[in-house]
Amino acid sequence: MQPMPLWKRALILIICVWGIVAASPNLFYGPVERHNDAVASIEAAGGTATPELEAARAEWPDFLPSALVNLGLDLRGGAHLLAEVRVEDVYKSRIDAMWPEVRDLLRDLRDQIGAVRRAPSPDGVLRVTITNAEGMAAALEAVRGLGGSVVSLTGVGQSTLDVAAEGNDIVIQLSDAEKQATDSRTLQQSLEIIRRRVDEVGTREPTIQRQGEDRILIQVPGIGSASDLKALIGTTAKLTFNAVVSRTTDAGANAGPRNQILPSIDEPGVYYIVEETPVVSGEELVDAQPSFDQNGRPAVSFRFDTTGARKFGDYTAANIGAPFAIILDSEVISAPVIQSYIPGGSGIITGSFSVEDSTQLAVLLRAGALPAEMDFLEERTIGPELGADSIAAGQVAALVAGVAVAIYMVASYGLFGLFANIALAVNIALIFAALSTVGGTLTLPGIAGIVLTIGMAVDANVLVFERIREELRANKNPARAIELGYERAVSAIIDANITTFITAVVLFAVGAGPVRGFAITLGIGIISSVFTALYVTRLIVELWYRWRKPATVVV
Amino acid sequence: MAFRFRLAPETTNIDFFRFQWLTFGGSMMLTVVAIVAWAVMGLNFGIDFRGGTTIRTEAAEPVDVGAYRDALSGLDLGDVAITEVFDPSFDADQYVAQVRIAPQDGQESVTPETILLVEELLKSVAPSITFPAVESVGPKVSGELIWKAIAAMVAASFAILIYIWMRFEWQYALGSVIALVHDIFITIGVFAIFQLKFDLTIVAALLTILGYSINDTVVVFDRLRENLLKYKTMPLRDVMNLSVNETLSRTLMTSVTTLVALAAMLIFGGDVIRGFAFAIFFGVVLGTYSSVFVAKNLVLFIGLDRGDKTKKPDKSEFANVDA
Repeated sequence: MQPMPLWKRALILIICVWGIVAASPNLFYGPVERHNDAVASIEAAGGTATPELEAARAEWPDFLPSALVNLGLDLRGGAHLLAEVRVEDVYKSRIDAMWPEVRDLLRDLRDQIGAVRRAPSPDGVLRVTITNAEGMAAALEAVRGLGGSVVSLTGVGQSTLDVAAEGNDIVIQLSDAEKQATDSRTLQQSLEIIRRRVDEVGTREPTIQRQGEDRILIQVPGIGSASDLKALIGTTAKLTFNAVVSRTTDAGANAGPRNQILPSIDEPGVYYIVEETPVVSGEELVDAQPSFDQNGRPAVSFRFDTTGARKFGDYTAANIGAPFAIILDSEVISAPVIQSYIPGGSGIITGSFSVEDSTQLAVLLRAGALPAEMDFLEERTIGPELGADSIAAGQVAALVAGVAVAIYMVASYGLFGLFANIALAVNIALIFAALSTVGGTLTLPGIAGIVLTIGMAVDANVLVFERIREELRANKNPARAIELGYERAVSAIIDANITTFITAVVLFAVGAGPVRGFAITLGIGIISSVFTALYVTRLIVELWYRWRKPATVVV
Repeated sequence: MAFRFRLAPETTNIDFFRFQWLTFGGSMMLTVVAIVAWAVMGLNFGIDFRGGTTIRTEAAEPVDVGAYRDALSGLDLGDVAITEVFDPSFDADQYVAQVRIAPQDGQESVTPETILLVEELLKSVAPSITFPAVESVGPKVSGELIWKAIAAMVAASFAILIYIWMRFEWQYALGSVIALVHDIFITIGVFAIFQLKFDLTIVAALLTILGYSINDTVVVFDRLRENLLKYKTMPLRDVMNLSVNETLSRTLMTSVTTLVALAAMLIFGGDVIRGFAFAIFFGVVLGTYSSVFVAKNLVLFIGLDRGDKTKKPDKSEFANVDA
């Protein structure tokens, strides 16, 4: 038997030792997790640690590896949402926002085109009727001038607007290239806002991903239910400051053009008529914090950015003595009277809040409003108890499977079976080591994947051992038989495992969530079982052979 | 000689073609039966594939399906299915049920208000009830998931076809992929006949069966390829028999270790994963069978080009096939 070169033996040994060391933290999941959390919060706090954090940190020594396998939602419990963003909402608000601009522009051309009027049109389309069709060319040109060029990789140089003439009407909508660019921005913005809102509640490792054209996948472990998660991310929190025209108790009162009538939050039956165009809006906020007013009641203090601060300052200076409304999601929180000029752009919102309300409102204000509404296509809530039950059941199954296979292997192949069992143990350690290192997620089907690997991993060994038996029957000497056994089994092992690996790759590509977790463990399991069968058992067999130098070998 | 536990004698000389009309013919018939069952009875799709909501309930009081149903009857939710779940791992006072609500018109996923209402009503029947899992899938996603699942199966089979074609020859590729289709269809047929819940994890199980079954078949084919070079004049049918006999001990050994592990999963793995474990368990049995009795028969049907030395094949080689 040609002995393996030293470097190869060393490398195999290093990989095995690494696998066992890197997998070991998972045996102490609770303490290691608390240690990691403590380290993270100490770091977040800038290095200062409370006694509790220090205690948690001391549960696992710093010098040992501390990477853990992530537990999937089905094992840890938590909520899963798949949301579809209504990207068309943004087209509508963009196009609607253009109307005043278009109107002013066309008014300047009144001599050529006559009177200008907005005609009814579907959402996302602006239809403007002019009385004098001869001026159409000039009108189109003027309106086209409003469009800029698209800012995106694919649509460079194209106009953002599609402007066409239909009889006496000018039809304005976003161009396809701009729609695409807008969709992309809308998704990006939604992702960012959802991430900020989820981060505010401080849960562990949420998954927030874009899926396909207009979908967002949100997975948050440890949250109570999908409804809680929806409440957290779905609330719009659109804050505006508007000028108050008048106060009324008649919900059907005529608000007048460009005004709207809105209910008050704490005074039932009271309505405010406010100007539709806000003075300042929530987008111009830079900070919001829960605080208390001078009477010790919960409130929210806020600060505007520079443009917001200037607008707010100018407005308060010009309107001392007049009321203005603080409007949250189409409801008036309060309508205080401006007492004095407010420079610096900071202020405080008071209302009948509880401390929780003010904290929540501050969070929502900081995160900003979602650019578009979302439909929830899929929601799942898994309770932590069910996850814990699944882990316990999976552990029992894996243990029973491991012991049964180990006994069976020894009964079938004697000492060689024992070698295969050592390789199997290394194999499982390697799977956990790889999962921990790449930050893979273990799901319930993933546990099933490991159990299946326990069964199938011995296959490569079985192939080799059966081959050695055959060679021994053909009266080869033991050393030669072992060598030939490994050599001749390789092609079957490789072909068989590559085909299985192909299915694992397909599973990973099309699967989501738990299924993807299964594909990862299956794929890693295939690689590590080929490695352990072809190298680890071989190394053990070689070392054993050189040590005992048996005259005959019984497999 | 030390004692060794053996599933098969050291050397076997079984003629695996002898009862071909029964083994191979039976397989083909079962495939047809499975397809018919699938077409006629349909599959009991989980919410992944048909949309709707499932609520898992857990209570200290025994489950009274009738009372649960009565409690929810006033809600006008359409089709509501309530099934009790049994598992040996449950505690003595742990009673679990699964409530399935059909997708509601005009909504993607069921609204939180509806779920809250359902939970309130069930609490009035069983005060200690808790809801460890609530899952809701809208019809839009479920429609896409079906197509995704089918695409996954086709893509995996196609990738395997290409790989085997490259490593072996096209006859092997075709033979093994048809054997795979046989395994998958019969497994789906069993799910149709017993109306077992068919969801996304079952598709994952089917793909795993694909991987396992091809693994088994490839081992036999690898030996066949080797033996064809060794015994250039032996009739194809005999070489095949020899190859299957030579690998029989390994085939059984691997199947048994895998089945032992899966049996542990099936018994101790809990009810959440049972369908998945069952599908793989069944598929492994089928996959082992098909690599011994189906795949090579197909290759024999198609015929192999064995190069110049066997250009004049024995008449008997193909005469037997038709028998």
